[in-house]
Amino acid sequence: MRTFALAALLLGLGACATPQPRGTGDLGLVVERAAGRVMLIETTGRTALGRIEGLGDLSHAAAVFSRDGRYAYVFGRDGGLTKVDLLRAKIEKRVIQAGNSIGGAISQDGRIVAVANYKPGGIRLFDARTLEPLAEVPTGSKVVGIADAPGNRFVFSLFEAGEIWIVDAADPRRPLVKKIPGIGRQPYDGFVTPDGRHYIAGLFGEDGLALVDLWNPEAGARRILDGYGRGEAPLPVYKMPHLRGWAVAGRYIFLPAVGRREVLVLDSVTWTEAARIAVHGQPVFAVAQPGGRRVWVNFAFPENGVVQVIDVPQMKVVRELHPGRAVLHMEFTPRGEQAWISSRDDGAVVVYDGASFAELARLAAESPSGIFLTSRGAMTGF
Amino acid sequence: MGLALAAACAAAAAGDPAPARRAELLHMVKQDCGSCHGLTMRGGLGPSLEPAALAEKDADALRFVILHGRPGTPMPPWSTFLSEAEARWIVQQLQKGLPR
Repeated sequence: MRTFALAALLLGLGACATPQPRGTGDLGLVVERAAGRVMLIETTGRTALGRIEGLGDLSHAAAVFSRDGRYAYVFGRDGGLTKVDLLRAKIEKRVIQAGNSIGGAISQDGRIVAVANYKPGGIRLFDARTLEPLAEVPTGSKVVGIADAPGNRFVFSLFEAGEIWIVDAADPRRPLVKKIPGIGRQPYDGFVTPDGRHYIAGLFGEDGLALVDLWNPEAGARRILDGYGRGEAPLPVYKMPHLRGWAVAGRYIFLPAVGRREVLVLDSVTWTEAARIAVHGQPVFAVAQPGGRRVWVNFAFPENGVVQVIDVPQMKVVRELHPGRAVLHMEFTPRGEQAWISSRDDGAVVVYDGASFAELARLAAESPSGIFLTSRGAMTGF
Repeated sequence: MGLALAAACAAAAAGDPAPARRAELLHMVKQDCGSCHGLTMRGGLGPSLEPAALAEKDADALRFVILHGRPGTPMPPWSTFLSEAEARWIVQQLQKGLPR
C-alpha cells in the first residue's frame, strides 16, 4: 500500500494524487536477506517507505547507487543484478548474470556496473542504464574486494590466485587488465581509499595487507602491517571481516585484525602500525563515523550482539551498544548524525543518535543484513 | 541436578538433538554457515553444501570437517558450539536438503 502511495507520488497514478517531486538524498535500502526483499528507508523521518520484492537470494547482498541517487544496483548471491528505482519503489530491470556473485561496483562516470563473481570466477561489465552486458573478464579464481577507482577503473583481488587486478574500463567493451601477482595468500576483501588513490587488500592466509598505489600501479603491491599477529596463532574465524573506504578516519585507517580481538590502526602517511585496540570480539566492520572522530565496530559470531565505539584521539573503546542479537551491519548518514544498525536475529534496524548514542528509532525487518544509503553514490570506492 | 545433567548429556550424545535445539541448529546452519556457503547452501567463499554436492561425500568425514575445520582454508572448527551428535544431525540435514 505504502509502495503504491510512493509510486503515486511521482507518477500521479492515484485518482486524486498530484505528483509530489521528491529528492533521494535521504533514501536507502535495507536488505532483508532471507526474504529476497529490500526495505526502502528514509533517514529524515526515520521510517520505512515500502518494500521491494523479488530480488532472489540475498545472502551477502550489496548495493551501489547511480550518480543521480535514483537507482540502486543490488548484487545477489544467486548472480542476480537488480536495478531498483527508489522513487517508484520498484524493480526497473533484473538480470541473472552468473551462478554465484559476491558484490559489485559502479564506474566513476556512472555508466558501467561491474559484478564480481565467485563462480565462474571473474567480473562482468554491464551498461548501467540498460543492464546490457558489455564485457567479461574471466579470472579463474574467486573475485573479492571489488571497488571502483578514478579513470573508470575497477580494482579487485583473487582469493585463490593471490593477485590484485586493475581493469581499465575506459572502453567498457574492450577492458584492459593489469595484473599484480604475488600479493599474499588468500586475500578476503579489499577497498579503495576515499581519495581514490590506494587499494588495500586484507589477507586471510597470512598476517598482513597488500597496498597498491593506483597513481603508480607499475610499482606493484607492497606488504603493510606484515606479521601483525606476532607469531601467535589466530582464533578460529566464524565470519570474514569486511573492508571498505569507511575504514579511514583522518590519517588513520582502522582495520579488523583477522582471528584476533583487535582493531589495527594503520598510519596512512607512513604505512606503519600506529596502534592496536583491544575490543570485545573479532571485528567484522570497523566503520569511521563521518568526520573521523569515532569508529564503530561490530563483531563475528558468537560475540555478535555488541557494537563498540572507539574514540580516535584516545585510541580506545569509550562506549558499548546492544542493538540486538546478530548485529550484521552499520551505516552512517552522510554527515554522521545517525547510525543505522541491523540486528538479524531480533529482526530490527536500530537508529542511534551519532552524538548522544540515544536510540532514535527501531524498525521491524525480516533478518536484516546490509544497509545502503544513496550517499554512497557520490563516493569513490562505494 | 547432577544426575539430570548427566542424563541429558548422555541423551544428546546418543541420539538426535531435541526439537528446540534442532531449530537453533537449522538457524545457525542457514545464517552463520550461510555467511560463507550461502543462505541456500549453493556456495560462496565456501563450497556448495547442497545435497547433490554432498552425495558422494562420506558422512563421517563431513562431520569431522564441521567439528574440526579445514586447516589452510577459512573453514573454522565448530566443536566449541556443537556436539558430535549435533554435527552428525547437521550432516544428515544437509545431505537430504534443508527445509525451506
